[in-house]
Amino acid sequence: MSEVAFTFDGEPMRADKGQTIAAALMAHDIVSWRTTRFGDRPRGILCGIGACYDCLLTLNGEPNVRACVTRVEAGDDVRHQDGVGR
Amino acid sequence: MRPDVVIIGAGIVGACCAWSCARAGLAVTVIDRGPVAGGTTGAGEGNILVSDKEPGPELDLALLSRAAWAALGDEIGGPCELDAKGGLVVAARQETLDHLISFAESQRAHGVIAEHVAAADLSQHEPHISPDLAGGVYYPQDMQVQPMLAAAHLLDAARRQYGARVMTNVEVLGIDRDAEGSVTGVRTSQGVIDTRYVINAAGTWGGDVAALAGVHVPILPRRGFILVTEPLPPLIRHKVYAADYVANVASDSAGLETSAVVEGTHSGTVLIGASRERVGFDRTLDWSVVQRLAAQAIEIFPVLAGVSLLRTYGGFRPYCPDHLPVIGPDPRAPGLLHACGHEGAGIGLAAATGDLIAESIVGDPTSIDLAPFSPARFEVAHV
Repeated sequence: MSEVAFTFDGEPMRADKGQTIAAALMAHDIVSWRTTRFGDRPRGILCGIGACYDCLLTLNGEPNVRACVTRVEAGDDVRHQDGVGR
Repeated sequence: MRPDVVIIGAGIVGACCAWSCARAGLAVTVIDRGPVAGGTTGAGEGNILVSDKEPGPELDLALLSRAAWAALGDEIGGPCELDAKGGLVVAARQETLDHLISFAESQRAHGVIAEHVAAADLSQHEPHISPDLAGGVYYPQDMQVQPMLAAAHLLDAARRQYGARVMTNVEVLGIDRDAEGSVTGVRTSQGVIDTRYVINAAGTWGGDVAALAGVHVPILPRRGFILVTEPLPPLIRHKVYAADYVANVASDSAGLETSAVVEGTHSGTVLIGASRERVGFDRTLDWSVVQRLAAQAIEIFPVLAGVSLLRTYGGFRPYCPDHLPVIGPDPRAPGLLHACGHEGAGIGLAAATGDLIAESIVGDPTSIDLAPFSPARFEVAHV
């Protein structure tokens, strides 16, 4: 299977081509990549199917991207998100 | 224990009726076939507006209800996200602005506070507003509330402070009346509840509940969608809407009408209403409505062009042919009172509606004349 290189908070990582960002992060034992707007509580995957908007992160500068339904692409700059992310 | 009053409907109107009746010393039971705020209320935006009401009985009711909401906010505290944020009505063209200014002038004579805002001063009220608008009017009395939280907290307060009973997922099957026609009880999916008074707070389905008691109340559904953006840092301070909204609310057209009503919420999402169409109880999402509302919102706040929508929600606004709600005792069925048919203003008008219903039952003079809202008006129309 071919691999793609991306970064998470600047850290170089590799993922299987076609994996979602959520799957790629979890494969690196990263299960939380967002903190809530109120109370700074940690969040990661909840529904996993695009419905709950809990797994948001910032992708290539764009906040509120759903990690569970977005495929990782070569060179992606993936960053954790605090609150509204902007 | 036999309740004095059975309220059918656990939406915001039923909750306000429960609170006002319980506080007046009545034993209250609230019944809903679904959850709290699961019907008309849950599809609402939370408007408490005086700005969109033309002089007449509905404006008098709106002013009374605005004051009643402010008092409720003091009594039940902050968890309902009640916010006296004020409303800003804007006009894109000079002609629309002229209409808006004369409309505001007519409202002012009836107790509405309305301040003309010149185009150059709009950004002092809303920093992100479009520079291309002709001007607007600021209405400091307009408020916002989270309607589902408000219904839930009011019912909870009525239960804890006054012993009111709330029965959800219980369906009303019939309303019993004696030989003289007076209400004697309510038949439900969990048995009969004897009571002297029944309040029809069933929102869009108020006509069906009236029919259970054998009386006709013409309440029809008007579909409306609301768009929800991703959570944002605070961008929008007031309820901001296009002046065309007032004309659309009063319109008798069956076709689709949209006019942007834009507001931020405590959670950070921005709500964008409001569409209106008469298509019966069809819940199908119409993408052209979403596109039109989004485009109209961006005309007022260009910054929204770069924002994603998370979802939409919609439902039905219960309206009567004369666009006035039905509030008060039904002379055709003694013991039956109606509190429904508030169209798109039910959240805002709920607080006063609850007070007026409680006043009617305990025999106090009502705070305003209920004649314009009487269910008897539909009988007159038939003659």
